Amino acid sequence: MSEVNNAFLLNELQEQFSANIVSVEEPYGMLTIEINKDINLELITFLNKHPQIQMQFLTDVCGIHHPELKGKELAVIYHLHSLVNNIRLRIKCHMPIDAPQINSITSIYSAANWQERETFDFFGIEFMGHPNLKRILNVDEMDYFPMRKEFPLEDPTRTDKNDNYFGR
Amino acid sequence: MSSIQIAAAPPGIEGQGFFATTFEKAVGLARANSIWPLPFATSCCGIEFMATMAANYDLARFGSERISFSPRQADLLMVTGTISKKMGPILRQVYLQMAEPRWVIAVGACASSGGIFDTYSVLQGIDKVIPVDVYVPGCPPRPEQIIDGITKIQELVKNEPLRRRNSAEYTALMASYGIE
Repeated sequence: MSEVNNAFLLNELQEQFSANIVSVEEPYGMLTIEINKDINLELITFLNKHPQIQMQFLTDVCGIHHPELKGKELAVIYHLHSLVNNIRLRIKCHMPIDAPQINSITSIYSAANWQERETFDFFGIEFMGHPNLKRILNVDEMDYFPMRKEFPLEDPTRTDKNDNYFGR
Repeated sequence: MSSIQIAAAPPGIEGQGFFATTFEKAVGLARANSIWPLPFATSCCGIEFMATMAANYDLARFGSERISFSPRQADLLMVTGTISKKMGPILRQVYLQMAEPRWVIAVGACASSGGIFDTYSVLQGIDKVIPVDVYVPGCPPRPEQIIDGITKIQELVKNEPLRRRNSAEYTALMASYGIE
């Protein structure tokens, strides 16, 4: 039985999903793959159920907004951890901002429930198949996604602070 | 000889065996020296409030011995700390649960104006949701400043006309916050 390391992990993924793996990096020794967003559920299920790899711990799900990458502005990033082999994997799934839909992985990891809600809350990424996709941290009435870079950091509705006093 | 000071009597007419003053002044004196504060402490200003209330600074010296942790029995709502937009309706509900007469003190920059948190998630001052009587500046204010704010509240309480809460101006102020 061969040791599970980055090379083995990548080899297993290439065998199964080579057509859908867009790019591979290894910054600071952590294997990072960018994949076609449509196979996210399939690929993560494969890693979870694999008899040797056993990626059974979901460390994090988060979003990112790259306004300069036309056609793939939004991305969801998964951090997976195999506790048995002590190896980590980072998966990026890019998608266009006008169609921000991706499969939910809550069917595999219950931990993804709140993390996907948070990613929806801040980036407006819709996780298809999520049991309860609604805002988790912000007020329900909020009508925008605050972590997208198209919105100013300062509260645009404020009335009490005069910009002249702040050198703006 | 005890060093306990007793609040001075309000101006009035004194004679042998009687003392006459206005009801308003007597009520004001009693209220001002027995304010029951309700701390609504959310962050570092709350820690400063805890110091204010504890032995070193001893808020009890000003008649606020009994910190009320129920809005029903509280006279003064002390909002100490950042109020996020999600917390806004909860703060408003706590205010509505208090019985009249009620006063509000905004302790610190965040409660007064949002402070450094000029961002999408933070309420830019609690006066967006409830009326405020006294603002205490500082980030966070020292206990001396909080005590100064309390004594300002005491002045307001002492000098408040008994009819104020029934006046048209007060009703209009409440209506501007959507409170019946």
